[in-house]
Parts: sequence; structure tokens; C-alpha cells
Amino acid sequence: MALIWLILIPFLGGLACWQGERWGDGVPRWIALGSMLLVLLITLGLWWQGDYRWPAGAESGVVPWALEWRAPWIPRFGIEVHLALDGLSLVLVALSALLGVLAVLCSWHEIRRRVGFFHLNLLWILVGVVGVFLAVDLFLFFAFWEMMLVPMYFLIALWGHSSATGRSRIGAATKFFLYTQASGLLMLVSILGLVFAHRAATGELTFSYAALRETPLSDEVAMWLMLGFFLAFAVKLPVVPFHGWLPDAHAQAPTAGSVDLAGILLKTGAYGLLRFALPLFPEASQAIAPLAMGLGLVGIVYGALLACGQQDIKRFIAYTSISHMGFVLIGIYAGTELALQGVVVLLVAHAFSTSALFILSGQLHERLHTRDLGEMGGLWGRLGSLPAFMLCFVVASLGMPGTLNFVGEFMILFGSFPVAPWVVAIASAGLVLAAIYSLLLMQRVHYGPPRSESSLADLDGREYAMLLGLLALVLVLGLYPQPLLDTAGPAMQEVQRLFDDAATPSPTTMPLGDS
Amino acid sequence: MTWTLPLTFLLPLAGTLILAFSGARLGRRGTTWVGVTSVALAALVTALLAHHYLAAPEARTLTLWRWIAVGDFQPTIGLRLDGLSLTLLGVITGVGLLIHWFAAWYMQGEEGVTRFYAYMNLFVASMVLLVLGDNLLLLFLGWEGVGLCSYLLIGHYYRTAANVRAAFKAFLVTRIGDAFLAIGLFLLFRELGTLNIAEILQRAPERWSAGDPLVELAALLLLGGALGKSAQLPLHTWLADAMAGPTPVSALIHAATMVTAGVYLVARLHGVFLLAPAVLWLTGVIGALTLLAAGFAALAQTDIKRVLAYSTMSQIGYMFLALGVAGFEAAIFHLMTHAFFKALLFLSAGAVIVGCHHEQDIRRLGGLWRRLPLAYVGFLVGGAALAALPLVTAGFYSKDAILWQALAAGHGALLLAGLLGSLLTSLYLLRLIVGIFHGEAGSEGARRAEAGQGLAHGLPLVVLALLSTFLGAWLEPPLGSVLPAPHEGSEGWHLALELLAGGVALLGIALGAWLFLNRRAWLADVAARGLGARLWRLWHHAWGFDAAYERLLVRPYRGLVSGLRHDAIDALGLLPARLAWWLHVALSRTQGGKLRLYAVSMVVGATLILLVMAVAA
Repeated sequence: MALIWLILIPFLGGLACWQGERWGDGVPRWIALGSMLLVLLITLGLWWQGDYRWPAGAESGVVPWALEWRAPWIPRFGIEVHLALDGLSLVLVALSALLGVLAVLCSWHEIRRRVGFFHLNLLWILVGVVGVFLAVDLFLFFAFWEMMLVPMYFLIALWGHSSATGRSRIGAATKFFLYTQASGLLMLVSILGLVFAHRAATGELTFSYAALRETPLSDEVAMWLMLGFFLAFAVKLPVVPFHGWLPDAHAQAPTAGSVDLAGILLKTGAYGLLRFALPLFPEASQAIAPLAMGLGLVGIVYGALLACGQQDIKRFIAYTSISHMGFVLIGIYAGTELALQGVVVLLVAHAFSTSALFILSGQLHERLHTRDLGEMGGLWGRLGSLPAFMLCFVVASLGMPGTLNFVGEFMILFGSFPVAPWVVAIASAGLVLAAIYSLLLMQRVHYGPPRSESSLADLDGREYAMLLGLLALVLVLGLYPQPLLDTAGPAMQEVQRLFDDAATPSPTTMPLGDS
Repeated sequence: MTWTLPLTFLLPLAGTLILAFSGARLGRRGTTWVGVTSVALAALVTALLAHHYLAAPEARTLTLWRWIAVGDFQPTIGLRLDGLSLTLLGVITGVGLLIHWFAAWYMQGEEGVTRFYAYMNLFVASMVLLVLGDNLLLLFLGWEGVGLCSYLLIGHYYRTAANVRAAFKAFLVTRIGDAFLAIGLFLLFRELGTLNIAEILQRAPERWSAGDPLVELAALLLLGGALGKSAQLPLHTWLADAMAGPTPVSALIHAATMVTAGVYLVARLHGVFLLAPAVLWLTGVIGALTLLAAGFAALAQTDIKRVLAYSTMSQIGYMFLALGVAGFEAAIFHLMTHAFFKALLFLSAGAVIVGCHHEQDIRRLGGLWRRLPLAYVGFLVGGAALAALPLVTAGFYSKDAILWQALAAGHGALLLAGLLGSLLTSLYLLRLIVGIFHGEAGSEGARRAEAGQGLAHGLPLVVLALLSTFLGAWLEPPLGSVLPAPHEGSEGWHLALELLAGGVALLGIALGAWLFLNRRAWLADVAARGLGARLWRLWHHAWGFDAAYERLLVRPYRGLVSGLRHDAIDALGLLPARLAWWLHVALSRTQGGKLRLYAVSMVVGATLILLVMAVAA
């Protein structure tokens, strides 16, 4: 029963925020904060009580969910409202709830127009995302997948910033919507194809994840269906040729929108690959692994190079995100247990550090009224403790040991090396590139000659607490990531098992460079 | 006593945290007090540990917790104290304490003291973790941590763009080495299934025979990391610029401790390197080349600190040379004595710089020996040790050990390079000392020089001066149980080599004294014209590496960045949108409301259709 509440609470909370506006702007804020906290508490409670270990002697094929909730929806097509939770979804739901709280907190003063509707959108993003992480009926999954887009679209279109260089918030929102919508439709085609293939084989019409996993498919069909899923998730991750929406969306979104985008929405792409693309089509996934890893490398390098050339601080951070997601893609398609666990860790780490950087750029914007790096510089002595926080998160994003980002990145690299040594060797160049863009960011914002000696407002309690909390998480988990690993471990072992079984007898050898 | 081991890094770390969260509330005195005391306590703990270790010299390990546990990948937060880590620990906390203390004097009147001490303490904590870590992942944590602190401290005066650039360069160049090191770790883990250093040393000979390509590759990658951190060719370019930081930083990080981390790494993983003779040979050659190249570069610098920086590179070159001939003990011994005398030289340089109101150009100093006697003594004692003045200095014993190992291992060319290096060392040293302390003062700052006062200024200099003499050489590092035994050879040859090396050092000093005291005008004349001028330029710019890298790497990278800035791939993705727009424009033109146009297009269209039909029929 807890699972449906995870979706209902933000849904109802959103409606309450919308209507609560008539009693003042503070009401929606507190309602939103309360609902987000409630979701967070429930997930933490589930984490505390649940047992996410792999049941001893469990047969493969049947996914042993830690929690399940199902109700019929459209029985004649075999569609159910079927929610289920395992370690992977738990970690990501908890992460989404936490970032949801931060998203509310960081827009406390930033948003002053239509506060109620803003928070409705904020909460409904969470509805969509939690739904995506929990749905194990493919139709339901698709419904939630599409549902995420709409509130995000409004968030960017209504509360975004239009920059002076002619990039408008409406344009960014439209671009975001079109990219994800178009790729989502491809996924719908694949889902339907899979369902009909299943009916052709067994005579049963069902959208159930567990049933569809057993569908016998010819190699060619599996490849085409897999590509539909892959494209949808690749756009969301984003993988490099499909990344165009991300910098615009980030740059034009309000801070809360960026936090949600970087922290939660990108994660649905990786989650989709881990939950659907790989387990449903292990052979086809194995076959495109070299290509996918090549794309990962391109992403690492391309994102890093592009980041260095940006003038807008939020575009800058957006491109670094693309670079980090390259590591995620490599880890997923390396498919070893270590690499897959590293992927989960890096997803969490990236959510923390990148959201923090977006929150920080929001705070800079509130103080300087610009996001142009050219107008910053020498801010170290003028902003109280903000620069020190920025330093910490920049350092986390370059993968400094002791932070969670290091654990994730290095687990991916250690785990992928036996499978694809050349890919890892080239990806290691990404460590240098990460140093370049990270320090460049620090240097352009905080070092160098100051433009004026006047000091700007220091962080207030709310801002300080948000950043300190994130920093503590990054550092504590960086030195003791085991809670994450133990929780998501069994789900990752299952993915690894499927992926390994599909491997051709000779281990895949990677060509040098990208494919 | 093993339980006190974590205190050696927890105490400095606590110092960092206190300073980070106190902000400016502690005041200047409080900040200094916290910063120095935390390291002092760590040094005290180290002394206790040393006392216990020397009573019962066997390795102690302490596992705090398991860092990551996934399948075979089980790195721990585990510490290991043996003779090697104890030696390094002593240097880090001991010399570190003296430098922290000296900084209390040096930094008075400077801004950002809280930041300075917070980073310095963090540096000590990271460096301690680097040498205590019992597995390579924890070592890597310390390794990156010291790199970060180095970056932050070089950029301490962040308002000057050049300093920030120097810091950036230092981090970046070492990070290139680190990427190699990381790949080395991936390879070692894949091949040996562990990152624990003791297990690696045990499994490597079982897995590989000497000269196996994989072990050569692994050693080469590890060496890449060591070269970056220790500023050896070709990753050496950052160290001279790193002098932009406050002088105590240069003393601690860029002379005594961090830059020698590469030497520690190779010595620590000696088992892997001994299996890779080709890489070991390369290590020695790189060491020899660096010591010569940096020696020449040091001859042509005008900034005190840059002379010392090139001298540091050159001395670490000696250590790499020792590693290359498998004289690991000699390398670590020289690491220790070098930490003493180079710290002394840097702190004395700091005393000169502050005393002369932040003047650090040799040409603008001069005649200071009367006004700054303590700094003068520091330079004389430290310089004597650096030039390896026979018998009375610590540097003599350690450098002699290195040359002797090279001879005993039969590496004649490396020995020759080492001897030539000695000559260069004496020359640039004399040029430095004469330039600062003799002759005429070249600037107002030098004429108004004021000697430092107080315990924080005097005591560290005196203690380091004592350690730079033969007293320091008495502190023999307890390395016997950790590192392979040194090469043996006949005593007669050793004595002959000692005489030769001593002779070379004395010759260099005599020659330098004669040249720089009596023939100054002639030298300036030579350096100003023709071949002399060209050599001067070449050495002044340290053989032009910076310019070459600028052209080969930095500019292409910048070009790539600015070429890609507008995201060509994204523009490609917008093509459908553009196409739709153009079609829209084109088609809406046809809806202009002009009847004539409509009529014409109808006629043309009908004709075309009829034509097609006619052709088809």
C-alpha cells in the first residue's frame, strides 16, 4: 500500500498547493515541502525496514520484488496498475524525494508568480518520476514517462528565464518537449511491438514486465525493439547526438527546474536502460555494447570540450552533466557487477553534486542578477561561505577521492576495464578533462581580480543548510557507500547475470576509439 | 599503540574542520594556534609511534572500515605502519610542524590566514594518508588530496590572474600523470585481483616473470603518475610556476613532501618495478636527464624561488636515478635529507623575501649577509648540504649513497650524470648565495632589509639547520625490512667514489666562488652576447618546454573548444525544425492573395499533370 501513497501524496499535495494559493503564497510552499518530506520519510522508512538482499536460492526469471501493489486498469488489453519496488527503484525514489525537497527549498524566494501552480508542477514531476521508477507494467510505465514531461514543460515555459542572446524559455521548453516526446513515441512503438510479439508467441495479451521478459524474439526483431527503447532512454540520459535539448532546458529553467532535471529526470534514462533495455533484450544490448560505449566516450569528451566554451554558468554545468553521463553509459554497457553498481553510485553522486552546483548558480543569480561567466570573477572574498561550498562541489564533480563521485566513477572504470580496456583508457582522459572544466568554472567565477570590493549577501540559514546537507551526503557516502551498494546490489547482479548470459562465447573486444 | 595511528591524520583534519567552520571568528592568533597545534600534536603522536616501532620493528596494520565491497573489489580504509611509512610520516609531521610554525611568522600581515592554515592542515592529513594507506585506492585518495591542496595553496593570492593560472597548470599537469596512475591501478586490479599493496608485492612475482609486457606496462603507467607528481621530465613544467604560492607552501609541498610522493610510490611498489627492468632503466634515465636539465635551468633563473624549484627538480632527479638503479634505500634516504635542507633553504628564502619587503629577484638583492644573518646561515648550511659538502653535511651522505648504488649496479653513464649534476649544483648554489648576500644591494627593499624576530622565525631555521648537518644523516631510516637490500660492492671502490664525489663538490664550490665573487662582470658580459645569450635564454626558459606544450597542446585544445562552442551536433538536430520553417516560408509565399498568380499556377499545374498523363499513357 505504501507504494501507491508514494504517488498519491505528491499528486494530492499538488492539487492542495494549487488551491492553497488563495490563502497566501506561503501556503503552497509549506504544503509542497510537507508532501515532499512525507514522501522522503516513507521511502526512508521502506529502506529501514525492507530487505533488499537477493533471496537465497531464488530462481532467475521471476523478479523478487521487495514490495508490490497491483490493481486492474484495462483488463481487456492486459493492462494493470502494477507497482513494484526493489533496491534500485528504492534508491532512485529516495533520491527523487530528497531532491524534491531541495527543489522546493531553493525556489523559496526565487518564485513569486503563480506560486500555487508552480508547486503543483513541481510535485507532479515527482508523481511522474516516482511512477516511472515503480511501474512494472509497460503501459503504465509509458504513461508515467509521458506524464513527467508536461509539468516540466510548464516549469520551463512559465517560470524560466529568457536570455539576452535570443534563447527564449518557450523555445527551450518546446525543444525539450519535442525531443522527449518524439523519442517516447518510438518507445511506445517498441512496447507495442513487444506486446504483440508476446501475444503471437503465447496467445496472451499483457503489458506485464515479468511476462514480457520471457518473450522469445528473433535477433532482428529484438534489435529493432531494443533500439526503440534505447533511443528514448538515450535522449533522456542524454547520449551525445541526442543531447541538444539539455543545455537549453537547463539554462532557461528556474533553479528548481534545473535541480529536478539534473537530479531526477536524467536518472530516468539510466534507470530505463537498466530496468528495461538490458533485461528485456540482453542479446541485442550485448550486440550494441561497443557502439554504446563508443557513444559514452564521445559524450565524455564532447561534453567536456563544450563545457569549457560556455559563457552561461548553467549551460556550463549542463555540458558537464553530459560528460558525466558518458561514464554512466560506459558502465551500463560494460555490464559487470562492479561497473553496474558504480553506475548507481554515480547517478546518486551526480544528482547531489550537480544539483548543488545548480542551486549555487541560482544563488549567484539572485545576488548578481547574471549568469554570464564573463561578468563574474574574483568573487571569493565577497560572498561569505558560498565560494567555499562551490569549491567543494566543483571538486566533487571532478571526481576527487573522498567524494561519492569518485567512488562511482572509479567503480565504473575498474569494473569496465576487464571488458573494454581501451574504452577505459580513453575514458581516463576524461579525468583530465574533468579537471580542466571544473577548475575553469571555479577560476572564472571566484578567482582573478574582483570587479568590485563591495561584499554581497552571505548565505542565509536555508541556503546554508541545503548545501551543507548535500555536502555531508557527498562526503559521508563517499567514504562509506556501502548502504547504497547493498541496497541496489541484488538488482544490479540480476542485470549483470542476464547481460553475461547473453554474451557471445568469445569476450567482446573493443575496437580502439569510438565506433 | 597502533590505535593512535589514525590520529596522525585525524588531528590535522580536525584542524581543517575547525578552521573551516570558525570562519574569521578565531582571529589571527587563534587561527595560527589551531593550525600549528594540530600538526604539533600529529608530530607528537608520530614520535610516540616511532618510539614504539623502533623498540619492536615490525609492520603494523590497522583496518578502520571497508570502504567499498562489491565482489572481489574490497578496498579498505586501512593503514600500515612500517619503516618506509614511518620515515615519511616523520618527515611530513616533523618538517611540517617546523614549516607551519615558521608560517606563523611569515604570514603575519597577510590576508587569508584562516584559509591558508585550513588548506595546510588538510594537506598534512592527505599526505599522511598517502603514506599510511595500505592499499592503492587509499593511497590514491591521499595522492589526489595533496594535489588539490597544492592547487589551492599555489592560488592562495587568488586575485592575481597569473597565480591562478599557475595553480591550474600545476593541478592539470599532475592530473595527467594521475590519469596514467589510475589506468595502472585498473590494470593491476584486473591482473592481480587486489589493490592491497602487500598482496600486490606478493602476487606480482607469482603472476609475472621479469620482463613480462604486462608488468612493464603496469610499471610504466605507475611511473607516469610518479613523474607528474614529482615534476620529472616530461611532466615537470608545473613546479617552477608553482612558486606563486606563499613560501612556506613551497617549502612544505613543493620541496619537502608532496613532490617526493612519486619517489615514495616507486619505492613502495618496488616489487612491481623490479619485475620491469626496462621501466626501471627508464626511471633512472629520466632521473638523470631531469637532474641535468633542471641543473642547467637553475643556473639561469633570476627569482630566488625559481632557482630553488629547479634545484628541487634536480634533486628529485637524483632520487629517481637511485630508484632506476634499484637503490631504493638510497632514494628514500636522500628524500629525507633533502626534505631537511631544502625546507631550510626555502624558509631562509622566505626570511629574505619578507625581510626585503617582498623582493625576490636576485638582481635586486645583494649584500644582505650583515642585515639578515640567520637567513645567511640558513643558506650556507642548507646550501652546503645541497652541494654535498663532504663529511659535515647530511646531503653528502645521501647523495654519496645514490652515486655508490649507481656505480655498484654498473650504471656508469648514470653515475657520470650524477657527478656532472653535482658540479652544476655547486655552481647555481654559489650564484644564488653570492647574488643574495654579497655584493651591493640592488633595490631599496634590500637596502632597508629587516631581520625577522621571534621564536616562530628563528627556531624552525635553527632546527632545520642542525638537521641539515651530519646530525641529520645520523637519523638512519629503518628501511631494512621493507625495501630490498642495497647493492654491495668493494669498500675500496666506495672510498674512491667518495673522494671523487667530494672532490667534484669542492671543485664546484671553488669554481663557483671564483666565478661569482671575482668574475661577475665578465659573466654578465658573456651571458649578454652571442652564444652565451642564447644559452641563457634557453636555460632561463628551461629548455622551452612551456612554449612547446603551449603550441602542441594548449592552443589546439583552445581551438577545439572555441570551434565547438556553438555545439554543431545540436545544430544538426535542429535541421528538421529549420526545414519545416523554410517549407513554411516557401509555401506561405504562394498564398499571397494574388489572383493572377493563382490562375497561372493552376494552368501550369494542370498542364504538367496532363503532360505526365500523356507521357505515362
